[in-house]
Amino acid sequence: MSRKMSGTMTRRRLLAATTAGAAAALTRVPAPAVAAPAPFRVGLLTVKTGPLAAGGILMQQGVLTYLKEKNYRMAGRQVDLVIADTGGSPAGAKTKAQELIERDGVDVILGPLAAFELYAISAYVIAHKMPTLSLAAADNLTQRTPNPYLLRASATSSQASQPLGHYAATRLKLKRVITISEDFAFGYEQMGGFQAAFQRDGGCVVKKLWPPLVTPDYTPYLAQIADCDGVCQGFAGSNPLRFMKQYGSAGLKYPVVAGEAGADDFLLKSFGEEAIGLVSAAPYTLDLESDANLRFVHGMLKNFDAIPGQYAALLYGNCQVLDAGLTAAGGDSSDREKFMAALKAVRLTDTPRGPIRFDHLNNVIGTIYIRRLGKEGAKYGLKLWNKTVHTYENVSQFWTWPEKEFLAHPVYSRDYPPLTKC
Amino acid sequence: MTPRRAAIVAGIIVLIALPFAIGEDYYINIASQILLYAIFALGIDVLIGYAGLVSLGHAGLFGIAAYIIANVLAAGYGHTVAIVAALIGTLIATAGFAAVALRSAGITFIMITLALGEIIWGLAYRWISVTNGDNGISVTTRPMPFGLSLASPRGFYDATLIIFLLAMVAVAIFVHSPLGVALAGTRDQPRRMNALGYHVWMIRFLAFLFSGFLSAVSGILFVYYNEFISPQALALPASAAGVLMVIAGGAGTLLGPVVGSALVVIVQNVVSAYITRWNLMLGAIFVAIVIFMPEGLVPGVRRLVQATRRAAARRWPRAMASRLRSKP
Repeated sequence: MSRKMSGTMTRRRLLAATTAGAAAALTRVPAPAVAAPAPFRVGLLTVKTGPLAAGGILMQQGVLTYLKEKNYRMAGRQVDLVIADTGGSPAGAKTKAQELIERDGVDVILGPLAAFELYAISAYVIAHKMPTLSLAAADNLTQRTPNPYLLRASATSSQASQPLGHYAATRLKLKRVITISEDFAFGYEQMGGFQAAFQRDGGCVVKKLWPPLVTPDYTPYLAQIADCDGVCQGFAGSNPLRFMKQYGSAGLKYPVVAGEAGADDFLLKSFGEEAIGLVSAAPYTLDLESDANLRFVHGMLKNFDAIPGQYAALLYGNCQVLDAGLTAAGGDSSDREKFMAALKAVRLTDTPRGPIRFDHLNNVIGTIYIRRLGKEGAKYGLKLWNKTVHTYENVSQFWTWPEKEFLAHPVYSRDYPPLTKC
Repeated sequence: MTPRRAAIVAGIIVLIALPFAIGEDYYINIASQILLYAIFALGIDVLIGYAGLVSLGHAGLFGIAAYIIANVLAAGYGHTVAIVAALIGTLIATAGFAAVALRSAGITFIMITLALGEIIWGLAYRWISVTNGDNGISVTTRPMPFGLSLASPRGFYDATLIIFLLAMVAVAIFVHSPLGVALAGTRDQPRRMNALGYHVWMIRFLAFLFSGFLSAVSGILFVYYNEFISPQALALPASAAGVLMVIAGGAGTLLGPVVGSALVVIVQNVVSAYITRWNLMLGAIFVAIVIFMPEGLVPGVRRLVQATRRAAARRWPRAMASRLRSKP
């Protein structure tokens, strides 16, 4: 739709090209007929300013770690990386997606970070047939309203919290749990998944608390935590640190379980003793002793002196999927539908998070790790460590429900599943 | 033709020719954004520059228009219905907004508009059945006025430019009309205006409605441009950005809000691709403006030009004398 609009510029470019070509022909011998393949242009939509910046910078580090490891080559093509800062806002994501697609002419987009950013560009990437490998966990984009150009190699919001619900009910034997998470889609979908799985296995969510994303003080919410035998927190960013600190100071002793971001490994260096005993479920764990993970962690330490968490690991994984898909497509990304099909068919075993493949709605199927935070096994100079205590393999976004039954429910929200007497 | 008229005509020609000159879709889109935010800033300038009332809640009005468009379209109505509904709905909301806020002036006015803006943001964030909360609402089509498609960046730019020029003309007529002059009077001497028999409250109320109308227009353009609306578009930073555009460009001028909008949009979208700390840079620019041109870029540059001309006239009195006569 867009390219033909630039009439004058095309003429000018043509003129420039002709002049340059003529000059070149006059001065040197013609270039060889078989040229090197054009660079593969990768656009990264990330967040480098604002409250989400910590995660956004880790995303960028994950991508750079992979590219450095591969010497900026994928499937024999030179990789050009263009990084765009959305500022963590939907309008910013849209403008930056336009910048990457229309101005920089990228072949694929990595990112964005937040669910609302992904929703803001979803229609746009379909219109431009732009393969997008996102980190954002907006569940419905691989469920009830799937986007054919989105490939989610990370996880849906509820993909880890559903196994967590199962674990809390069957292994931790919790009965009455209060959930607390940020008042936005990622929080609703995580806690909804936890509640659905937890209640199916005999637990009961007795109260749901939703503090705002940016709040100076959790005291009013902590005061409402009583008459239960466990708490499930689904905080993101650096909020888990503040929550756990205030939870400890308030003298609360109920065991705490956490979603994928609630005990992210990049927070380990900042957690205090109050976080010991925190049980979390995540699609990636620093603890995994596989060659792929060690290679990745050492890369992160060498390049950035940073302890990675899932933001970096999942973006590194996105790059692996991209590389494998491009190789399968013979290095040719020009036919977007073929390229997308090649990406969807990727199956990998050597990612930092373990083996992954995709379901027919373009969402990842992979291992979910249940970890307990403690001192045992700490490496890389850390004092605290998330030690894996259980793994769920081949976890899909539908958990153990049949797909049809799962999709017949509305997407997890603030009010779904509803609180019931139990 | 006076130099002023010539400058206006030249400016319009430049704006029309701009897409041909820049060619790339991405920059045409940036130009559309500058124009649509310029309309928003013009609306705020009517209050700041001509009424002396600083509002920190205008992004709320902007957002109401955008959400009405999204909801009316989702309900299956056409674009005309959606746009008319958005304009009327926003005007009604503006009237309510103004009725509350205009009970005060000065700092209290700022705080009340801020509070009202936050209430609208809170509604957008929490009234999930209408606004879809944080996930926002997508608008998948753009209107086709007179059969012309706005789907392409060029088409959208042209439509935005026409609406922008209409808005400029409307504001120019407004501020030079008896009502506009009376409004400036209420800014400088509200009690004297009252004593002269002017209904100060009503004058401010009408100005507020006009300002809200311009916010609605830019909100409509915003939602069609982004094809998406979510609560962030009407949060406090968006209102503050509008006020900063006006103050940086020059309050009480027609061109100031446009220059301010260009500054903010370009730094936010274009410069940010090259400089990670673009927020810091934008802040530094604002500080520099406040130090060196506290009246804003447009009046500041005008002052510098005049000062240079006077200095030149002192140095070469005879050569400049004739030129000065021709340029009063």
